Amino acid sequence: MSFLVVDKVGPATSVQDRGRSGAQRYGLTSSGAMDVTSLAIANALVGRDVSAAAVEIGPLGAEFTAVGGNVRIALAGADRAATLDGRGAWLNETVLIPEGGKLAVGAARSGVFTYLGIEGGIAGKPVYGSLSVSARAGLGSPYPRPLQSGDRLEVGTAREEAFEHRFKPFSVEPGPIRVVLGPQDEAVTQEAMALFFGAEWRVSPRSDRMGYRLEGPKLTHADGFNIVSDGTVPGSIQVPGNGQPLALLADRGTTGGYPKIATIITADLSRFAQTQAGGRIRFASLPIAQAQKEARRFAAMLSQIGERIGVVRRIASRE
Amino acid sequence: MTVSYPRLLPCGDSALVVEFGNSIEPELNRRVLAFDALLAQEQLRAIRETVPTYRSLLVHYDPTIIGYEELGAKLMDFATRKGLPSRKGRHWRVPVAYGGEFGIDLDAVAERAGLTSEEVIARHSGAQYRVYMLGFLPGFTYLGGLDPKLATPRRQEPRLEAPAGMIAIGGIQTGIQCIAAPSGWNILGRTPVRTYHPRRDPIFLIEPGDHVTFYPIAMREWGALDRAGEAGEWIAEMVDA
Repeated sequence: MSFLVVDKVGPATSVQDRGRSGAQRYGLTSSGAMDVTSLAIANALVGRDVSAAAVEIGPLGAEFTAVGGNVRIALAGADRAATLDGRGAWLNETVLIPEGGKLAVGAARSGVFTYLGIEGGIAGKPVYGSLSVSARAGLGSPYPRPLQSGDRLEVGTAREEAFEHRFKPFSVEPGPIRVVLGPQDEAVTQEAMALFFGAEWRVSPRSDRMGYRLEGPKLTHADGFNIVSDGTVPGSIQVPGNGQPLALLADRGTTGGYPKIATIITADLSRFAQTQAGGRIRFASLPIAQAQKEARRFAAMLSQIGERIGVVRRIASRE
Repeated sequence: MTVSYPRLLPCGDSALVVEFGNSIEPELNRRVLAFDALLAQEQLRAIRETVPTYRSLLVHYDPTIIGYEELGAKLMDFATRKGLPSRKGRHWRVPVAYGGEFGIDLDAVAERAGLTSEEVIARHSGAQYRVYMLGFLPGFTYLGGLDPKLATPRRQEPRLEAPAGMIAIGGIQTGIQCIAAPSGWNILGRTPVRTYHPRRDPIFLIEPGDHVTFYPIAMREWGALDRAGEAGEWIAEMVDA
């Protein structure tokens, strides 16, 4: 075993996998990666299961040192500058950090979250099948909180390999974020619904892993804004009393008392979560049968990520 | 607009809601929990997780295994079955340190109700409550059966941080909030019981459909009980109903 030691880190960087299952009935949210597509790429590059735990790096930068052995990592997701002992390193490629070597990752240039996958994985004690951190619940492993400088992640030691690996990125289709109407689409007026699909929305800086607040025209409720609390899912678009939608995400409350007029489709959640504060969003409605077709395509795409990985020559480090 | 129940509502491409009604009533909640128990028994491969609430069941499922129409039809068939199994709930006795620094809204609740603080404590700890659901935050226990005289609207300005273990009133409901978080509820006291404890086995104690009664404890008892709760003891006494 080796260690990846956190030398420097901003807020909102934590260990995440695909999230917990089975505890939402007790009010414990699923958590998990905000961008499961990039999580899958980072993991596939280092030979891990696409759902395995990785370090989700928030919008600011971070620095790590390999201790006790060589550590092989891969970065995927929001674009940012990265260096290995001062020399350029790239996203979507495996990087061998030699023992004592230092990986520095800059702030996100576009997007929000970058995933650091680690060969051999991160050692931890799963709860409800997951290492994912929920800061509010004080849960997650190996640290039940976002990472801090000085933390030591016990990780796999890199194998000897002649080559490194590279992922050939997909082109991300631009266009509106697609949603399925409901469960409470009748809770706003028809005019409000037309506005929801007609307007351009701005992601508020007051957004986090719990949810993204959207700023734009005020949506008017048809008949009050309180419902008898019911369950939420990642991508639920809730409209509270102030008429400004809130898209609930990985660390959302499991139930809520405001109407949820639509739900972001699984295939578009990663792209939505990568929208920076101030970024503009439009929504489009998709019939459920179509959305489920997209969900099946998305699942197949995640399972075939390995097919887009090829070999490259190792980047030189500290020779 | 008239709606007939139970009904199906889509919740994105990987979840759906089976809604049994639109109110907070024990019979309605019993139907939700009975339906949930039936689904647990059937062990449908496509179902990943279910979340029972006051009046509906949220069903997370895998759309690569089954589509909305097909699963919906199957679930509606189950939901309209007669004689659904009912789960035997348990009864929990939960200690509460009422008033003082732990119950900063006790006097205001009493004043609004035209009662003394002692009368509020007597009425609040004199009732038996139904656990309608756990939700929002881990271990947050939503209880029905509050003495109507104690009903108090939520505060206009939510507190930015209500303490862990808070026992409070929000409208016609009372509840246990297990971890520190913002809240607009009126705080009557605090319990050393952890309804959620991430380093205890079991992590959660109370299930939807259980019943809860509260009993007052003196402030001087707090320290020892709170330490025991943090160390992983249940403290809450469980009696099979």
